[in-house]
Amino acid sequence: MILSKQKPYEKVLESIGNARNLFIVGCSGCPIGCQSGGEKEVINFKEKLTGEKKNVKGWIMIDFLCNKALVGSRLRRRLNELQGTEKILVFSCGIGVQAVANMVDIPVVPALDTISAGGLQGLWPSTERCQACGDCVLDRTAGICPFTTCAKRLLNGPCGGSHSGKCEVEKDRDCGWYMIFSRAKELGILERLKEPIPPRDHRKRDLPPELRGTTLSALEFSNERRAQ
Amino acid sequence: MSKLKESLKSGKFTITSEIGPVKGTNIQKSLDEIEPLRSKVVAFNVTDNQSSVMRIASHAVCTLLHQRGLEPIYQLTCRDRNRLALQADLLGAYVLGLRNVLALTGDHPVLGDHPEAMPVFDFDVITLLQTIKKMMEGKDWAGNSLDGAPNDFFPGAVVAPDSEPQDPQIFKMEKKIEAGAMFFQTQAIFDTGKFESFMNKVHKFNVPVLAGIILLKSPAMAKFMNENVAGVFVPDKLIKELDSVDKKDRPKKSIEIAARLIREVKNLCQGVHIMALGWEKYVPSVLTEAGF
Repeated sequence: MILSKQKPYEKVLESIGNARNLFIVGCSGCPIGCQSGGEKEVINFKEKLTGEKKNVKGWIMIDFLCNKALVGSRLRRRLNELQGTEKILVFSCGIGVQAVANMVDIPVVPALDTISAGGLQGLWPSTERCQACGDCVLDRTAGICPFTTCAKRLLNGPCGGSHSGKCEVEKDRDCGWYMIFSRAKELGILERLKEPIPPRDHRKRDLPPELRGTTLSALEFSNERRAQ
Repeated sequence: MSKLKESLKSGKFTITSEIGPVKGTNIQKSLDEIEPLRSKVVAFNVTDNQSSVMRIASHAVCTLLHQRGLEPIYQLTCRDRNRLALQADLLGAYVLGLRNVLALTGDHPVLGDHPEAMPVFDFDVITLLQTIKKMMEGKDWAGNSLDGAPNDFFPGAVVAPDSEPQDPQIFKMEKKIEAGAMFFQTQAIFDTGKFESFMNKVHKFNVPVLAGIILLKSPAMAKFMNENVAGVFVPDKLIKELDSVDKKDRPKKSIEIAARLIREVKNLCQGVHIMALGWEKYVPSVLTEAGF
């Protein structure tokens, strides 16, 4: 299972900024397991946002956002509500956020931080990758992860080795920052991209002790059942 | 105060060059090579594990230049050091008398001679520049007070105008200026028309730019750089021009091309950065032919 936890509410609000018309996408996969973003959490969040005078035009739960084809087909049925939506709030790991960002031309806001990809159940990614850095910046980077797409994991723009949209490391590898820049331009959010993104807090890449406990207990529990 | 800063401030067309540290301890030859440039070149870059090939440390060679009365530009990349090491090295450089710091991301280790190395990039160049600014004001990155601030650093950065497309590079350049870069040296340029359009776009930033000039030694070297050096693109036209002369006349041709490039950019930017790559002895001729 991919472990995630909700970002601080103020941080999500900050990412939403002035956008008023919102849509929420929840993942019925791993976030339910770690209680960070199941139906209950999505509805709670929707009500909180309504209290902030935000207009949540609609919400949807999709089984496994990491399955991009499924995300596309399910969102296609909700085009009416997506029309006029300024930002999409996504409750999933970084892969799901990037999958939504790739399927819809609306800026995304991650509601969760991904903290570990232990176990990998339900993981069915396309090109999107998540390193579970625990400090998601996909709202800042046009829904494309700089940590996994850039060979140098740069957070503030391309290096001098980027050429014709390709990386200096492998000639057929896409430059992550070329993709982010182009997508931000398409979405009209280049100004936001100019703000410096601070370096990662590497402590967040380690699994917090309480979750280490949870994973262990889960394993012990299944062993006990097997023994019975 | 940094002589480089002084020169750029005075509005004088500023010439910098560079020294590539050796792999080993025999550094006398490279120190001797730059001696003929003493009178015309304001400052010398010392590269930091250039192209991700392991060599003698940049700050050590910078210190030797400084002791000889030459002005060094300390190149510092984010590739090999985490945030503790970057800041510790900056403080160390300062007490050794180094003032000019050129902050770079650094090439990826896979391009060099230790391709299996950990690519550190704990900080990117934006954060590195912000850190230098912060340290100059007496604090480290984490906000702790410094006992003695390196308040006279002169931080700069690089930009690759020949990279395609140009806009993402300019976007990053603007971020570098916001973060504290006070001058720019460019990756080698060969297409002066393209450089002019680049300068038109960045003129508004009001930060001095030194155009990178490489002495082309041979058609093979040009082709090699096109294949292997990040951000360098030698047009076929120049390769053919170099190929049109006998091998023995190549230095003459190389001098002619470099001097022509300098003349063409002279009124567009605030100076040039000459990378001679072992041909330092020809640099005085290049400068004379370019009118300096």
